[in-house]
Amino acid sequence: MRHLLSAADLDRDTAVHVLDVAEQMAATQRREIKKLPTLRGRTVVNLFFEDSTRTRISFEAAAKRLSADVINFSAKGSSVSKGESLKDTALTLEAMGADAVVVRHSASGAPHRLAHAGWIRGAVVNAGDGTHEHPTQALLDAFTLRRHLVGADGASRGRDLAGKRVAIVGDVLHSRVARSNVLLLGRLGAEVTLVAPPTLLPVGVDGWPCTTSYDLDAVLAGRTSGPLDAVMMLRVQAERMNAAYFPSAREYSRRYGLDARRLALLPEHTIVMHPGPMNRGLEISAEAADSPRSTIVEQVSNGVAVRMAVLYLLLSGESVSGGNP
Amino acid sequence: MTTYLVKGASILGGERADLLLRDGRIEEVGAGLSAAGAVVLDADGLVALPGLVDLHTHLREPGREDAETVETGSRAAALGGFTAVHAMANTDPVADIAGVVEQVWSLGRRSGWVDVRPVGAVTVGLRGERLAELGAMATSAAGVRVFSDDGKCVHDAVLMRRALEYVKAFDGVVAQHSQEPRLTEGAQMHEGAVSAVVGLCGWPAVAEEAIVARDVLLAGHVGSRLHVCHLSTAGSVEIVRWAKSRGIDVTAEVTPHHLLLTDESVRSYDPVFKVNPPLRTAEDVLALRAALADGTIDAVATDHAPHPAEDKDCEWAAAAMGMTGLETALSIVQHTMVDTGLLDWAQAADRMSTAPARIGRLADHGRPLVAGEPANLVLVDPAASRTVDPGVMATMGRNSPYRGMVLPGQVIATVFRGRATVLDGALCWEQALSCGHGYGGEKKVER
Repeated sequence: MRHLLSAADLDRDTAVHVLDVAEQMAATQRREIKKLPTLRGRTVVNLFFEDSTRTRISFEAAAKRLSADVINFSAKGSSVSKGESLKDTALTLEAMGADAVVVRHSASGAPHRLAHAGWIRGAVVNAGDGTHEHPTQALLDAFTLRRHLVGADGASRGRDLAGKRVAIVGDVLHSRVARSNVLLLGRLGAEVTLVAPPTLLPVGVDGWPCTTSYDLDAVLAGRTSGPLDAVMMLRVQAERMNAAYFPSAREYSRRYGLDARRLALLPEHTIVMHPGPMNRGLEISAEAADSPRSTIVEQVSNGVAVRMAVLYLLLSGESVSGGNP
Repeated sequence: MTTYLVKGASILGGERADLLLRDGRIEEVGAGLSAAGAVVLDADGLVALPGLVDLHTHLREPGREDAETVETGSRAAALGGFTAVHAMANTDPVADIAGVVEQVWSLGRRSGWVDVRPVGAVTVGLRGERLAELGAMATSAAGVRVFSDDGKCVHDAVLMRRALEYVKAFDGVVAQHSQEPRLTEGAQMHEGAVSAVVGLCGWPAVAEEAIVARDVLLAGHVGSRLHVCHLSTAGSVEIVRWAKSRGIDVTAEVTPHHLLLTDESVRSYDPVFKVNPPLRTAEDVLALRAALADGTIDAVATDHAPHPAEDKDCEWAAAAMGMTGLETALSIVQHTMVDTGLLDWAQAADRMSTAPARIGRLADHGRPLVAGEPANLVLVDPAASRTVDPGVMATMGRNSPYRGMVLPGQVIATVFRGRATVLDGALCWEQALSCGHGYGGEKKVER
């Protein structure tokens, strides 16, 4: 694995290996001394052209716990705001000796360009690009699913998500989280159902390795493809409301929001996920967000372990099918 | 002016003959010709076609001389086998008044590699609000006959209707860039299976087809001539086919890149594949080829769109739309249409010369290769093959989507008004510098 640009870069075995390494990373995080010397002397640049406090902090914590030097480069207040191109920014980072670049960009494919245009030699990690992908989010979601549905603390080592049923609900059209999860969870053997109003499903979604539905109640009650093991709610951005994707926030919430009534439709063991940040009262109610089924806070801490695993695998030179860290 | 004797060319891919070119005309066509003092061009194995005519070229001058100039763009045209190009109006300032079209026309005459025919804007500043002075451009020295807001769609139905009607007074044609603006806000690529995966905002086929359908109905209603620029979808083909069957006076062009490339290329996120209208699906490509073969699509037009490196060396969303095409067009047509058996060379000559000359009302181009006609022709070696290297092209644009591809066919010679602009596949500098650009009454120094 040279870069991590898309969840499609990970075949089943590689993805399981990343999750296994992440479990070992998580175990180290329960020790008193959390810091590992693994990436001492290596430089990781967090290149964030879009605001994203939680993803940046998660990558920063992951790199620091592996003893890498971390440089945070935010587009705001930088030369980028003066019109510097992506290419020149990349050349600058290359000149400073970045071993890995973690990039968040509003343009789909920007990490792909960074990795393949010949501007830099370091590893590129996609931390979310436009409406394309967010592969480490999908990895941490898969990690969370595996812990809850397959086995915690190493009991799930080597295992995938075969046969697990996951519904992803909301603005699929604009969601990089949904794209990466459909690809990754599919590779891991899960059955994914996308639930959204027709306006928020992309033309061409029929080619994706999943099923789709417009009826949230039917999916939650298991009437479309069987009982769910997890339901993942997607954030609905405010600007969508002005573009006729749906008539009003209230109507969206009534038809596609996860509230207490809908929560009661789910089997006992089903977990509730959200990549954050949440719009409480829009796509998810407080009852759902704060219920014992909710893994929303746990997803955040799992994010650090998964990102440690990704940085470790990209920078340590370990072959993707290789052994233990 | 040099007299040329072309020996043994296959005329339109058919019988072999000699052509004697003297004083800007084809003087004689036949077997075993000879002429004292003539420069002999050995055309053994070469196909002779009438000089190619491009209905859709962006020469960028005035305003973006960092991207292309009339001089560099027309050199590229000559190397591609063209003897006439239509320079699109979306310059800065926009070619929406007689002064600008005359300036472009005169730059073309000064360069002298091809006939540069300016296209006039339909609306002032391409803003789609009120008609530009179409009559003034038509009666100017540039003699504009093709009007287009290319790059922008004349989306207001009333304005489009008036433009279609108005240009009838001087036998003009409105060449529409068919793109419904609301359906394509922020659009980056064809909307379909690939856009769903790569997460780029879609440009749906219906946004083109809705405008093509509206415009053929308008043209039929007011009895005007309509030309559809860079038609790109199978659905548009069906609409144009229907319109022609109803007797509506519509013509259409297709670009070389839409005959070959598909939206699958966008998976690379390499902005060299970013173009408007976008690359479509393999099914669309096959429909476009079939339509060009059966005449539903009348002409091939390059939509040559050079851009400076920095406008392509960036992320997809920030990149400019467009690709170069003048120096590769004939090879792409050979590759997609001739070598596949869809067109013979005579039909290829129709689609790349005769039909576009007729649409643009160019009297001296697209003529048969017979005695008495203007000596505008190209000699092609269809057996040659070459690896595309944008770095050695005459255009200033390096944004060729065919970089590294091996393409068939090579333009060996181009003759423009009796003067060789290209010989042995290279620009013919001495001729360009020494003579009066081939125009009548300017016979000056011969070599």
